[in-house]
Amino acid sequence: MDFLTFIQILDSTVRLATPLLLACLAGLFSERAGIFDIGLEGKMLAAAMFSAAAAAVSGNVWIGLAAGIGASLFLSAIHGLASITFRGNQLISGVAINFLAAGVTVLVAQDWFQQGGRTPQLQGAARFEGFDLPFAEALGSVPIFGPTYAELVSGHSILVYIALFAVPATWFVLYRTRFGLRLRAVGENPAAVDTAGVSVVGLRYAAVAICGVLCGIAGAYLATALQAGFVKDMTAGRGFIALAALIFAKWRPWTALWTCLLFGFLQAIALRYQNIELGPVTLPVQLMDALPYILVVIILAGVGGKAIPPRAGGEPYVKER
Amino acid sequence: MTLMQKFLGAAASLAMMAGAAAAEPALIFDLGGKFDKSFNEAAFTGAKRWADETGGKFLEIELQSEAQREQALRRFAESGANPVITTGFAFADPVNNVAGDYPDTKFVNIDGWLPEVPANVQLIGFQEHQGSYLVGMMAAMASKSGTVGFIGGMDIPLIRHFGCGFAQGVKAVNPDATVIANMTGTTPTAWNDPVKGSELTKAQIAQGADVVYAAAGGTGVGVLQTAADEGILSIGVDSNQNYLHSGKVLTSMLKRVDVAVYDSMKAGAGMETGGFTILGLAEEGVGYALDEHNAPLVSDEMKSKVDAAREAIISGDIEVVAYYANDSCPVLDF
Repeated sequence: MDFLTFIQILDSTVRLATPLLLACLAGLFSERAGIFDIGLEGKMLAAAMFSAAAAAVSGNVWIGLAAGIGASLFLSAIHGLASITFRGNQLISGVAINFLAAGVTVLVAQDWFQQGGRTPQLQGAARFEGFDLPFAEALGSVPIFGPTYAELVSGHSILVYIALFAVPATWFVLYRTRFGLRLRAVGENPAAVDTAGVSVVGLRYAAVAICGVLCGIAGAYLATALQAGFVKDMTAGRGFIALAALIFAKWRPWTALWTCLLFGFLQAIALRYQNIELGPVTLPVQLMDALPYILVVIILAGVGGKAIPPRAGGEPYVKER
Repeated sequence: MTLMQKFLGAAASLAMMAGAAAAEPALIFDLGGKFDKSFNEAAFTGAKRWADETGGKFLEIELQSEAQREQALRRFAESGANPVITTGFAFADPVNNVAGDYPDTKFVNIDGWLPEVPANVQLIGFQEHQGSYLVGMMAAMASKSGTVGFIGGMDIPLIRHFGCGFAQGVKAVNPDATVIANMTGTTPTAWNDPVKGSELTKAQIAQGADVVYAAAGGTGVGVLQTAADEGILSIGVDSNQNYLHSGKVLTSMLKRVDVAVYDSMKAGAGMETGGFTILGLAEEGVGYALDEHNAPLVSDEMKSKVDAAREAIISGDIEVVAYYANDSCPVLDF
């Protein structure tokens, strides 16, 4: 493998890891506050459809992004209402959101554009184009560093940089602010937070809302940056891989980044090489596709440190019995 | 009591009459979805043409999961639909299971294969390798780098069959050409993952490919999009996809699923069953698309060579090896 190929694979890794990373951080906020969210997939899908639709109608991708975040926030509100206010089962609510999004997106898109549940093709300003960082051209001729900078660091859509920036931001919010401390506490022991006079319901709603915003960006990235429109079921299970990444990362932001990059890297390798030959053994491409799930099973089995979810996760908070 | 019997008898005869009156054809779309711009959409186009021409009506359903296959078949058979047309290889077994229970209903399956065909089932197959061979020749003639790509959907023998014919066509024009072949995945989501299709295209472009052929259902939308974005040529599949990116899609490998559906519906309940129908180049069941969107891309030389090859395949002078022949491809490793 020559250097340029390696850079291209890493470049592909970044593109594939970005939606995973955004969804993973979204899940991190929600689950750290004690609300399990398996509806990441559905929120991404709804955001993908509405961002593509709004961008197609308005011709402005930023309006599309806002619409995507709005759609995702709406589903988050349903999840919050069901699991926080009405203390319903969080897993069932999440499953319902996935089904709802899968059906509604196609229905609305079909009714709106009559293109068989797709949105029209986005062009020009209705789409996030690659974003060249300064000096990418000029530095391109410098050995090693040049191509790395020009190919790998520069040239992604702005949402990729937002996703990468979200990692230190998440870390800062969770570990260096009062809000973050309370948010983590509400996922471990909501009664203690309540005793201290802080609203458990308010904090959980805030966490679910942040989750919605991040899922919205992830969906918009799929439909308006990577692709030029919405196609039925286009998230293709990425929300679930993000959940796997969240468990693998043990609910921590920096590890989430590395995990998503690892999963993205595995996908990129699988896409680049159909079968990998290691001396006498040939690794089939199916193994690479399955590897994220296998890794999660290994981690859950307790290899390499235990993955302990937030203690109050999945349980609605009841003030008094 | 007698009143009750009369009443029940009347109800039963009414129900039977309703069943007899509703001998409408039914069409079941596979998981790719009715509007996949490709295989299933071609089936819908054929059904629509039949409905427009005859003023008839047809029943239809889009499958949402694997588990619905048998259920949908039984529903239509019980409601009196005839014939029941299904698209996609995965329907062959459910049709086989159900057909015996409804001997008066005709079932049609497109793309499927069964070792023994029940008397009321007709299987329609296409010589995809022949059509793919032709577009493979065009890809090799249009390619400047000598490297072309193939992107399949779900990794099944049928899709390898497409890829194998394509590779043979490429090698026929340029024996030194490189064919890069990738599959999107091994589960049905591989038919609807345009993001992965895009990444595969980018990876193939990075390896030098300047024409890519997508046989991947909805995933192909991503392939064609990325090819157009990156300024290389692409080849569509099943339906004519030239219009999706005018001037950037070299051609489309046509698989006339629409004709198969149209003919079945036209034949109606009286259609012949119990065997295989194979549609190849000679029957115009497969071919390549030429319209105003790709006319500037296809030179006269290209066209004459491909048409000559078409004649040669029909007459038997050129033999395109089918992947099914021995489950391997002479010119391509998957």
